[in-house]
Amino acid sequence: MAEATPAPAPAPAAERKADAPATLSDKIHSWPYFVRAEFIAGCVLVLVLMIWSIGIDAPLEEPANPTKTPNPSKAPWYFLGLQEILVYFDPWIAGVVLPGLIIVGLMVIPYVDINPRGNGYYTWSERKFAISTFLVGFIGLWLGMIVIGVFLRGPGWNLFMPWDYWDPHKVVPLTNIDLPYFLGIRSTGWAMAFGLLCVGGWLVGVPAAVWRWKRRAEPMRQLGPVRYAIVASLFMMMAGVVVKIALRLAFNIKYVLVIPNILNV
Amino acid sequence: MPPDTQAAAAAPAPRPTLADRLARNYVWRSIFRHGYADTPRNRVLQVAGNVWLHLHPSKIRRHAVRFRFTWCAGGLTFLLYLVTVVTGVVLMFYYRPTAEYAYWDVKYLDFDVPFGMIMRNMHRWAAHGMVIYIWVHMFRVFMTGSYKPPREFNWVVGVVLLTLTLLLSFTGYLLPWDQLAIWAVTVGTNMARATPLLGNEGPLGPELGVTPRYDARALLTAGTVVGAPTLLRFYVLHCIVLPIFASVLMMLHFWRVRKDGGISGPL
Repeated sequence: MAEATPAPAPAPAAERKADAPATLSDKIHSWPYFVRAEFIAGCVLVLVLMIWSIGIDAPLEEPANPTKTPNPSKAPWYFLGLQEILVYFDPWIAGVVLPGLIIVGLMVIPYVDINPRGNGYYTWSERKFAISTFLVGFIGLWLGMIVIGVFLRGPGWNLFMPWDYWDPHKVVPLTNIDLPYFLGIRSTGWAMAFGLLCVGGWLVGVPAAVWRWKRRAEPMRQLGPVRYAIVASLFMMMAGVVVKIALRLAFNIKYVLVIPNILNV
Repeated sequence: MPPDTQAAAAAPAPRPTLADRLARNYVWRSIFRHGYADTPRNRVLQVAGNVWLHLHPSKIRRHAVRFRFTWCAGGLTFLLYLVTVVTGVVLMFYYRPTAEYAYWDVKYLDFDVPFGMIMRNMHRWAAHGMVIYIWVHMFRVFMTGSYKPPREFNWVVGVVLLTLTLLLSFTGYLLPWDQLAIWAVTVGTNMARATPLLGNEGPLGPELGVTPRYDARALLTAGTVVGAPTLLRFYVLHCIVLPIFASVLMMLHFWRVRKDGGISGPL
């Protein structure tokens, strides 16, 4: 293969930013420029993978034994974010509803993010809300929870720092109480009413109030009520996970709302 | 332009070089219909006339070639998938998905089969790498706003592919049939017990007559515990069902990248 004609030098960063669409329409031949880049990247990856595989063996423990449960029992590492959420939520919310919402929430992103800017280039200033929400959800919650689940959870799913001994007999007092009880409400009925008020207010009341307050603003007008309702529900549910974790860590709050046999959150 | 390129692009030299002899004969020209000289026409034919390369457009937006922009994330995810397919087929020659043999077949692979250990290592690390790299890819696509029109639907296809990747990795996790495998899958499938209406411990499940033997979890594990039937079920899902779905959706995903005018930017 003959030596390729060198590509013109890329535009400096400041210039690229100013005329992003013009740079986007600038085209070059796939052969050799693109195929070459792919080939080199592929070679490097396969080389790294082979060296890694020569050096580090895939794990193989004792034969499967259904009568011997390891402590802790951990799901595969990429699901440990969900297993970590189990600390804060009931299994059907942590294991079924939240994963479903993550998948559906990711899928609706292109249909609710109607901001035409930032299409095809890196930018922070033109998409502050979209990027910060994504970073909190993906890096903070998804990957952050995986890191906690992989490295900091030991026997009994108790929290251990990396330098701690994994003591299987570690005793952690169960002092969690429900939010209404924490605030002095002792009757079950009133506790349920208070919990409904909190959860309903969070998921419906706050978004509705924001809509009433800001609906004449230009971004809200373009978004429209349906898209706003979808964005607000998903956003408040994700933020709710953060709030619930904070309540547990700060005040040992077990549940905010308890409806026996139906729903505890 | 370097001198040899100029010579090749010019009129045929009086004495053919060795490269000319190799690439100008009848057999070569029956396979590759264009010359090797670096001319714009040959650059286009190199891509358009090659079944593997014609996945690419003959001309491409400049940013698609820039590693800083793409991190090669989508392409490397696909390459890691291909590595798992190739090494996975090798492993299938030595592996029987039954509770009696599975673990000992893996031992045999590790200690007696020539290159068995490195095949298994590459399969496992490539699978983990694929999970990491598909996240990197999703991150890159989000940060460059590449899900914006006209690529809305291709983002949805990508989310399904992400889910399938996690399921492929999860079903493969059980196959070594060691303690790590069955307990990780036990923890994972226990979640299905709590499915609303369809799980025996989910809200309104027992009220609808759902039992541990007939619920969402039993559908996954083919029984009430992770046992021999689960191993066979996960093996078939891992080696046949999920790869077919993933491959079909990858074809759709890559085709739509072409149809939507490249990886990023307005059409």
